[in-house]
Amino acid sequence: MDPIINLILFFCVGIAMLLLSVLAITTRSLLRAAIYLLLVLICTAGLYLFLNFHFLAAVQLSVYAGGVVILFVFAIFLTTNKGEMLLGHSFQRYVYGALAVILGVAVTVFAWMKHRFLYAPGPGLTGDWEINMKVIGQTLLGTGKHQYLLPFEILSVLLLACIIGGILIARKK
Amino acid sequence: MFHFEVVTNWIDALLREHLSEGWTLLIEFILIGVVILTVYSVLALILIYLERKVCAFFQCRIGPNRVGPFGVLQSVADMVKILLKEIIKINKVDPFLFRLACYLVIIASICTFGAIPFDKGLQAVDFNIGVFYLLAVSSIGVVGILIAGWSSNNKYTLIGAMRSGAQLISYELSCGLSLLAIVVLSGTMQLSQIVEQQADAWFIFKGHIPALIAFIIYLIAGHAETNRGPFDLPEAESELTAGYHTEYSGIQFGFFYLAEYLNMFIIAAIAATVFLGGWMPLHIPGWESFNGIMDYIPPVLWFLGKTFFCIFLALWVRWSFPRLRIDQLLSLEWKILMPISLINILLMTLLVL
Repeated sequence: MDPIINLILFFCVGIAMLLLSVLAITTRSLLRAAIYLLLVLICTAGLYLFLNFHFLAAVQLSVYAGGVVILFVFAIFLTTNKGEMLLGHSFQRYVYGALAVILGVAVTVFAWMKHRFLYAPGPGLTGDWEINMKVIGQTLLGTGKHQYLLPFEILSVLLLACIIGGILIARKK
Repeated sequence: MFHFEVVTNWIDALLREHLSEGWTLLIEFILIGVVILTVYSVLALILIYLERKVCAFFQCRIGPNRVGPFGVLQSVADMVKILLKEIIKINKVDPFLFRLACYLVIIASICTFGAIPFDKGLQAVDFNIGVFYLLAVSSIGVVGILIAGWSSNNKYTLIGAMRSGAQLISYELSCGLSLLAIVVLSGTMQLSQIVEQQADAWFIFKGHIPALIAFIIYLIAGHAETNRGPFDLPEAESELTAGYHTEYSGIQFGFFYLAEYLNMFIIAAIAATVFLGGWMPLHIPGWESFNGIMDYIPPVLWFLGKTFFCIFLALWVRWSFPRLRIDQLLSLEWKILMPISLINILLMTLLVL
């Protein structure tokens, strides 16, 4: 695609993400914050699509939009009263928040300066880079070098523990 | 066989000849958008007419018969009416979420619609991860329904939204698992390749018993995903007036309505694509002359025929069975459908091995 169109699209998505993330933390209504978060996550999926990471984009959508945010929304439904607004925060919390933000920016900038970008001379946004689903599947469940069977299985044990915990909490006496 | 590929490739070549790549893409995007939206709304009109007629016949009535021959223009008249209606402002709603909800629902539906292969080359989105894309994009709609119920500031809508959320999340599992059985069989997730592989025989015949089980489970779970038929708890009209979209009016209500009907079409179309061969004509290995005759029927007609067959099944079920209770609904999914579909995937894997 044309570099200019790429840039325009990228900036649209990027600016939307920035605005929505700011809105997500400044809004007073919990549910609105969750929905702004959802929109940020959808925009992130848009960025992945932009990079031709289709699988990652779909995972982002189905895990975050279809799973995590719905969990948030359900939790908000069940725990808060209708029309309940968040109170303003104390000064101390602003200070801690600012510290955390500065730390985060510092880490990001450090990583950014330190990292050697492979495609920096010719940005890799052009061309068809779609990765075959078969390759992803075999990498996820392979035992060779640069393959991820062990982390995959460990994660599934974690999920199993979560399920058992959920059943323990929810079961009838 | 005539494929729409010819037309779309011709348009593409024509544009590329005269314009630079960027402009070509821009014009193609706009064209695709216009075509998809048009087909989307026209299909909705057809489906609404079809539903009213089929429902009428099941109840021994005639159904719409005043506007146009056999009442075919009835849904067009209804569309004009809904476009002219006032959008009522509700007191004490969260206006941003209230408006966003209907757009989320319809955007999820249109995104899924774009990935349906009507014919070779007549498919807007053909990713390598096809089936997964369908599941991922359609899950956004749940959020739309949930926030529609919450932001309307009404008990009925909230209960409807909670039921709907629980129902959609649970039935998505069986849907995904039964599609996964076919992905195991075909070894690819790309919808165009899934269709191509059914050239000699459709997957429902190729996959023996596991494919048949997956097809039936998909039909049931998909039907529940559309919030219709015996599974229409989220909008059970005798208990909740109209569920999560009670407070909506005018075209905002129209969006929910459209999305509901088109979701029915999408579920049927995916069932037709994945199990019944999509636009692929009926081919029986060995019967050369029969296959030749079948090839003369255009693929789009094959696709629409199969899809409307599945839609008819959905309508039949909807107008024949009484509504379930919420606990029956959830135990049907978690205690019956999901174990069966898990075992079914195992069976399918053994079959493929």
